[in-house]
Amino acid sequence: MAFKKEDKVNIIVCVKQVPDTEAQIKVKADGSGVEEGGIKWVMNPYDEYGVEEALKLKEKLGGEVTVVSVGPSRAMETIRTALAMGADKGIHINDAALNNADAYTVASALAAAIKGTSPDVVFCGQRAIDDDSGQVGAVLAELLGLPQVTMATKMEVTGSSAKVTKPIEGAQVVMEVAFPCVITATKGLNEPRYASLPGIMKAKKKPVDIKSGADLGISADLKAQVVKFTPPPARAAGKIVCADDTPEGKAAELAKALREEAKVI
Amino acid sequence: MAKGVWFVAEQRDGALRKVSFELASAARKLADALGDEACGILCGSGVEAMAAELGKYGADKVFVVDNAALEPYTTDAHATAVAKVVKDNDAAVLLLAASAQGKDLSARLVGKLATGMATDCTDLKVDGGKIVAIRPMYAGKCFGEVVVSGTPQMASLRPNVFPVVESGKAGAVVKVDVALEAGKVKVVEVLKEASGKIDVTEANIIVSGGRGVKGPEGFGILEELAGVLGGAVGASRAAVDAGWRVQSDQVGQTGKVVSPNLYIACGISGAIQHLAGMSSSKYIVAVNKDAEAPIFARADYGIVDDLFKVVPALTAECKKLVG
Repeated sequence: MAFKKEDKVNIIVCVKQVPDTEAQIKVKADGSGVEEGGIKWVMNPYDEYGVEEALKLKEKLGGEVTVVSVGPSRAMETIRTALAMGADKGIHINDAALNNADAYTVASALAAAIKGTSPDVVFCGQRAIDDDSGQVGAVLAELLGLPQVTMATKMEVTGSSAKVTKPIEGAQVVMEVAFPCVITATKGLNEPRYASLPGIMKAKKKPVDIKSGADLGISADLKAQVVKFTPPPARAAGKIVCADDTPEGKAAELAKALREEAKVI
Repeated sequence: MAKGVWFVAEQRDGALRKVSFELASAARKLADALGDEACGILCGSGVEAMAAELGKYGADKVFVVDNAALEPYTTDAHATAVAKVVKDNDAAVLLLAASAQGKDLSARLVGKLATGMATDCTDLKVDGGKIVAIRPMYAGKCFGEVVVSGTPQMASLRPNVFPVVESGKAGAVVKVDVALEAGKVKVVEVLKEASGKIDVTEANIIVSGGRGVKGPEGFGILEELAGVLGGAVGASRAAVDAGWRVQSDQVGQTGKVVSPNLYIACGISGAIQHLAGMSSSKYIVAVNKDAEAPIFARADYGIVDDLFKVVPALTAECKKLVG
């Protein structure tokens, strides 16, 4: 069945609030997590591509975009950002037991929130740039019983299916997937729009449902845990290669060092 | 009780990929530490002949699912096949590659097996009979030690980090039949990039360029150096956003996180999101005109000079050395 304009296409997009890419990450002294003070929080960059693609699809086919996020109270800012970009409504799953939970647990909560709405398409970012797990989209697809295409860089909708391109090592794979499906977005898929001022004003009035784990029948029976956080291994101060101060002299000294000291060439 | 350290081998175009040997070697090491077996799973069509080779790197047994529906790779077919083998054998540990295919497959398996996984690990330890997986988080701005309490304990391994070790096992081949239905995703075409191009996640040496390269044509000298060294060319976000390089070349927090033996950063100032993506490289070289560039704080060797003079000279020197 092909989508018609009169169908109300149900588009879901999952977003996460994460530290900005320029944030310095400082590990707590006891290794239990990272310091959150002073961090600027933003929408996960890969989720922005998901929101944009959801909005493009709505513009093409009509329907409704629901933005869903698991996170603490501050995650509401990210939901409002998606609403300001043009999403219609939100679901905020706010439960301390789910913060920093493993992918299976988070995806279970998302699936419980989404399932009853019979989604036609679910967009997720290919990974969140905080925990870098890259699992939630695919686990969600499995829990919803839907096919997945991960790391999409291009999506063309034709009738009731989409042609989606994803990069693999040394090649681009073009796949055809029927709706309903889960697509995880990566850089290249589109250029996310900025929220307009009227968009920001409107977003304040759009409905956001707040749910707890208990509301969704989810218990945090964790499948995996980060038991210890550590700072990255310190790098010893390097040396500046100066030789005879000509580019050629420096290059020769460097090549020799790479060959004889580092033994990497 | 669940048993065995299992790994999913990866093959493409009729050959095992190098990461499969890394997986077999890592599985062997863990199996020895646990006093258990290392078992491989190989899925594809007409792949049985490749299975024995995994024994050389430590697999006691290799379970082969040979089925036309497994070629080309689709998530559904491969996840169904692997999940069946894992469940039938009650696997304790399951390792996959954090490659494009492995990331797609492993995450689906987390859902199918209702367990947990440590993604893109750079080290694995055994502590009290449990696997402790070490992995970069925030693109390497910090590291996490992960314990999976679900079964199997899953981990995906960053390609090119775990050593390939020959141990000369026989590697008994076990054929498994799995009923597979046509999936809902169909591969329409595979567009191969220029032959000989090495992906940055699989390269031992990366020559990377940033804003200082000044334009797409500036990357020509980086390509030449990479060519001589048998490496790949990477790029900073600035270079990719400017349209000078394709997105798949981008190294950093919103691109690829890499750990080559040698990373040569040319005209890259060292924004924190870029440093995050390459700081776990074994050796870092920075070439930049600006002596104050933050990249020099991370570099093992730094050259403060014009990259357009240094890089060709370095190419010439390397040509002499690597002949």
